[in-house]
Amino acid sequence: MTFIKKTLVSSIAIAATAAMATAAQAEISDGTVRIGYLADMSGTYRDLAGPGGLEALEMAIEDFGGSVDGAPIEVFSADDRNSADVGANTVREWIDQRDVDLVAGMVASSVTIAVTKVLEENDGFGIVSGSAASSITNEHCTPNHVHWVYDTYPLANGTARAVVEQGGDTWFMLTADYAFGHALEGDVEKVVTENGGTIVDKVRHPFPTDDFSSYILQAQGSGAKIIGLANAGSDTVNAINTASQFGVVEAGQQLAGLLVFLNDVHAMGLDTTQGLLLTTGWYWNMDDESREWAERYYERVGSMPTMVQAGIYSSTMHYLEAVQATGSDDTQTVREYMMKQPIHDFFARNGRIREDGRMVHDMYLARVKSPEDSTHEWDLYEILTTIPAEEAYRPLSESQCDLVQN
Amino acid sequence: MTMIFGVPLAVFTGQLLLGLINGAFYALLSLGLAVIFGLLKIVNFAHGAMYMLGAFATLLGMRYLGINYWAALLLAPLAVGLAGMLIERLLLRRIGHLDHLYGLLLTFGLALIFEGTLVNFFGVSGARYPTPESLAGGYQLGFMFLPKYRAWVLLAAIGVCLFTWYMIERTRLGAYLRAGTENPALMQAFGVNVPLLVTLTYGFGVALAAFAGVLAAPLYPVSPTMGSNLLIVVFAVVVIGGMGSILGAIVTGLAMGLIEGLTKVYYPEAANTVIFLVMILVLLIRPTGLFGKEA
Repeated sequence: MTFIKKTLVSSIAIAATAAMATAAQAEISDGTVRIGYLADMSGTYRDLAGPGGLEALEMAIEDFGGSVDGAPIEVFSADDRNSADVGANTVREWIDQRDVDLVAGMVASSVTIAVTKVLEENDGFGIVSGSAASSITNEHCTPNHVHWVYDTYPLANGTARAVVEQGGDTWFMLTADYAFGHALEGDVEKVVTENGGTIVDKVRHPFPTDDFSSYILQAQGSGAKIIGLANAGSDTVNAINTASQFGVVEAGQQLAGLLVFLNDVHAMGLDTTQGLLLTTGWYWNMDDESREWAERYYERVGSMPTMVQAGIYSSTMHYLEAVQATGSDDTQTVREYMMKQPIHDFFARNGRIREDGRMVHDMYLARVKSPEDSTHEWDLYEILTTIPAEEAYRPLSESQCDLVQN
Repeated sequence: MTMIFGVPLAVFTGQLLLGLINGAFYALLSLGLAVIFGLLKIVNFAHGAMYMLGAFATLLGMRYLGINYWAALLLAPLAVGLAGMLIERLLLRRIGHLDHLYGLLLTFGLALIFEGTLVNFFGVSGARYPTPESLAGGYQLGFMFLPKYRAWVLLAAIGVCLFTWYMIERTRLGAYLRAGTENPALMQAFGVNVPLLVTLTYGFGVALAAFAGVLAAPLYPVSPTMGSNLLIVVFAVVVIGGMGSILGAIVTGLAMGLIEGLTKVYYPEAANTVIFLVMILVLLIRPTGLFGKEA
């Protein structure tokens, strides 16, 4: 009797759960939208996303009103310490124990690739804002993430092409020895050779590296016109500083910083960086809309936002709008809606999310100002040209992503 | 052109010189560690933080007090040395009678606190410290362009290393020190103030780290995390040289700089790991280190 009773009760329970699950697809799971912010909060990439990115995320939530149709928005964050293991384990815990709806931030590409695999296994959702590797929406694409701000393809396409067109046709590549560096190196090599240039030699340095003197000496010995820096953060800063100490530019070679952030230029100063060409997804002083947002951010953080921090705000807004419009935080429902909506805000121009998860938008080729041309501390870039959204990113016809029908 | 294993002689010589310069840094830092461990038996995990504080003192001194580089070279180690003496007096002394592990944990904790606090205020991008005017520019050596400042670093670091070695191994003060740590009770009976000697030694050890920090300020961005990356390498150098061996720290520091420099040419991917490979080999063959005394 007890047995029958138990079975009966459990069948009813199962039936009830199943019914609830169906209903839940059209509503916000357990009445709260939970956003987990994962980034390097203390290491080499801290200043390009880090605590500033979390502040941008919170700004977006405040501007949205703090809740979606009465469902409160909860935010928590963690430091991935640029470790793929730490990142993946944190997100696994967020999914299992905290019912996270969106993972935002994500900086080091190696961490992102590990995290998006966890998201795919658990049908979670992530918006990648900090990472650079174009492979994140190419061979590593999943239906469970989108990639927002930039990637290595437009960096190479913008900067490398411009440099080769100006006569810089022999390159020495200085590459950070991990997923992002390799992706960027590959994309640059392709652009350089397609435009008639050659890669003379390359060195892959450990990540992170403090002392670049040895590599700079090798680059000087190579006789290449251009030293391409396929690294980021403090590695780029160290490489550029060392090059300036060793008189690289005076001796006739040029540096091409392929991934340079606003905070890097600010840290190095205009004396060292003037004239550097770079590709960026956004610049705070681009127009009125950008300035208006950047100044609000500056009030709160005390420094001007990088493209990544601005992108975190923009993508969070787009996500929350999708949750509100669909009344759901179910991954595929939200992602589908986000893909249908064009993106046009202070950050993204002519933006849309493609089926591989890549958010394509206009990119900009910029040049670092000379100290004489700069009017204040954060007046650092001059925007030279706009690279239209549809030309900037890797065309879908070349995609290896399983989500793309080729 | 003469080639050495596929690398032109000129490039090879240049790399050796750069390796030597980095080695001088390692020597200076591991020397401080070796002095502290050899004489006090404290495994000073705050050494990287002290190096970083030396660089920060230089930067902030210039920004807010107008202290120039040459003055900082003296004042920053002095300030950090004083802070070190306070730490020894107030904290390390209390756990002196416990296992080494406690000192290690305490100094590691201190390092994290220093680093975390500064990250909070300054971020990690780092700030630039200008090269002093008189050391700007460089020499064209034929096989390479050597920035004047790096030549100065090499000379200054080796000079300070030799001075320290002489002080500890060849002077009366050094003899007191060594005797005081060997048999404190007996020394005290002779009327030597051993606790004061210990405090001064710790202060001197961390002042060496701060001196390296001042030398580093114009070379690398001054950032709160600059010490933590270096610390592990420096510990490996000390282990290879033999924990506590003064001469071992200096010679091994220079040698590891050279080995790392050559790795950067022949197999750059391994540049960050080569010193640890050497460490493993040394530990397998001579567990007390190259210059260590048999226990």
